[in-house]
Amino acid sequence: MAIVVPTAHVLCLAAILFVIGLVGVLVRRNVIFLLMSLEVMMNAAGLAFVAAGAKWGQPDGQIMFMLILALAAAEVAVALGLVLQLSRRFGALDVDAASEMSG
Amino acid sequence: MELLWLVPTLPLAGFALLFVSEGRLPDRVVAFVGAGSVGLAALVALLVGYQFLQSGQPSFALTLWTWMSVAGFDPSVTLYLDALSLVMVGVITGVGFLIHVYATGYMWKDHEEPAGYSRFFAYMNLFVFAMLMLVLGDNLLVLFLGWEGVGLCSYLLIGFYHRDAENGLAARKAFVVTRVGDTALALGLFLLVRELGTLEIQAALGQVGELSPGMATAICLLLLGGAVGKSAQLPLQTWLPDAMAGPTPVSALIHAATMVTAGVYLVARMRGLYLESDDALHVVAVVGLATLLISSFTALAQSDIKRILAYSTMSQIGYMFMALGVGAWSASIFHLMTHAFFKALLFLSAGSVILALHHEQDIFKMGGLRKKLPVPFFGMLIGSLALVALPGTSGFFSKDAILLTAEHEAGWLYWGGGLLAAGLTALYTTRMMVIVFWGEAKTEPHDRSHAGFSRPNMWLPLALLALLSVAGGWFGIGVLDDLLGGVRSFSHFSPLALATMAVPLAAVAVGVWVFGRRAAEGGFMRSSFGRGVARFFASGWGFDWLYDRVFVRPFVGLAQANKSDVVDLVYRITVAITRGIHHIGALVQTGRLRWYAVNTALGLIMVVWLVVVA
Repeated sequence: MAIVVPTAHVLCLAAILFVIGLVGVLVRRNVIFLLMSLEVMMNAAGLAFVAAGAKWGQPDGQIMFMLILALAAAEVAVALGLVLQLSRRFGALDVDAASEMSG
Repeated sequence: MELLWLVPTLPLAGFALLFVSEGRLPDRVVAFVGAGSVGLAALVALLVGYQFLQSGQPSFALTLWTWMSVAGFDPSVTLYLDALSLVMVGVITGVGFLIHVYATGYMWKDHEEPAGYSRFFAYMNLFVFAMLMLVLGDNLLVLFLGWEGVGLCSYLLIGFYHRDAENGLAARKAFVVTRVGDTALALGLFLLVRELGTLEIQAALGQVGELSPGMATAICLLLLGGAVGKSAQLPLQTWLPDAMAGPTPVSALIHAATMVTAGVYLVARMRGLYLESDDALHVVAVVGLATLLISSFTALAQSDIKRILAYSTMSQIGYMFMALGVGAWSASIFHLMTHAFFKALLFLSAGSVILALHHEQDIFKMGGLRKKLPVPFFGMLIGSLALVALPGTSGFFSKDAILLTAEHEAGWLYWGGGLLAAGLTALYTTRMMVIVFWGEAKTEPHDRSHAGFSRPNMWLPLALLALLSVAGGWFGIGVLDDLLGGVRSFSHFSPLALATMAVPLAAVAVGVWVFGRRAAEGGFMRSSFGRGVARFFASGWGFDWLYDRVFVRPFVGLAQANKSDVVDLVYRITVAITRGIHHIGALVQTGRLRWYAVNTALGLIMVVWLVVVA
């Protein structure tokens, strides 16, 4: 007998993960941690999709998660390039160091 | 007579060819194109004139096309030939051709730049075209086109030696001063269109009776404003002496024979209009007389040979204006023609002297040139004799006709003023001749081959012009009287006529006595009063000084005070406001990534809150 996890619980978990990720993005200055926090946020969104798909018995939620995975992969590819440039130009991984484009 | 359209077209074609070739043609070809196009035009003009005289018609109009057709205003490009325009066309193409031929020699190797020769003849041909359109146009709009065209060419040719900034300034002065007159002329044309609804000269002249007297006077005075500007009469005369900065053939063609007489032509052409307004005619006569006297006195104190001739030109045109004002219409045109002959001769001969003396123009550095430069000497002698109205020369007949008609029509005042000026003319001409050609030599001329007057293309025009200066009067008496009517044939033996004849001759005698013995250098001229008077005359009665103080300096001062244009304030304030807003907006753009993330999150929360709660 399968254990049914209530949808509300899953959504709560997703929300908690999202907020953890968001707080990570806002408070962390190290760009690696920033990217990790972004990953957490995306996975939180993915979890919400899967939960919603399970609730209505539709495959759409899982398809969306696939898309998010692809998106995350692309994002990492670009972001790692940025990380490399950041360390090369500023000798640090601090995002606040790269604040030259102010108005 | 249908060939009339060729007359202005040929010089235009010459201009187009020289203009398009951009100085790539060899100089010999340029000379043939430049002088040849005007020569052909002169031949065609001769043919057309002959046919016209044979036909016995009073006028002949050749409509080429309609310029535009706007709201009932449809000026046509029509060439109109009558006695007046025939005389003008004859002078422009005939004298113009001789001057062009002379210029082929004068300008040879004279220019500083390779394409200068071609540029010179391109401008000259364009000038002849514009001048022909001016006198042939049957529409005041076409006339205005030619009017502005000759002004442009005058500007270009005065500033021909453009590497010297002085010449550019002289050209600009000529352009700006004549612009004052041209504006008045344009206003006059606007009034004519408003009142009569047409600019066709003949049609307008047919309806002048509909004008109120005040309006007729206003239009006449505005047209006169244009005429005095172009013809260098008071009060717009100051540009002509400076215009002598151009090459001498230009001075001969534009600033003596043709363009400066355009004002006379305009008034004569609009004769029917001026007859409606006695006041305007009176103003014409007074302007002419005043210019005549002032410029005669001025010529007496000049030391630059070309400036003497320039002031002399002003005074002779003053005669023409006075003649127009007192009703001696045909005498005025007669004098226009003879003046074109002898003044062109004087200028071209002076040009030969100047060329022979390494571009020296100061008469006090000349002297004793009678034997060394025989051709220019005889040219200037004959020109001078015609200018002082020696009986039998062309100038005598035309000047006599003007003075005696003036006495007959307008009283002794004009006659006396004109006669005084005739005496002064004789005096300054004698002074110029004596100082330049007699006395001791001060500058050694080039040898003959270099001086230019040995080439046929330079002495032949002089010879022909000398012939015309002598015989042109007889031609005028015979032909012009038939053509224009009323070149009154006076008895040359009445007391009045004898006095008119005697005064210039007496003045010549006085001149020879005074200047030949250098008497003018002592006594009176040594006194401070004498020097002051001489300085006053030499400055052209201080008109340049006056205009500088009254117009130029206040204008320049105003421009300097308003350097940061008041009107620009509107735009500068707009810019300041926009830039302020920009700076405020740019404050949020800190460049900190996390600050953007916070803002994005806050914005998201706001949107969610708006959607869910509100």
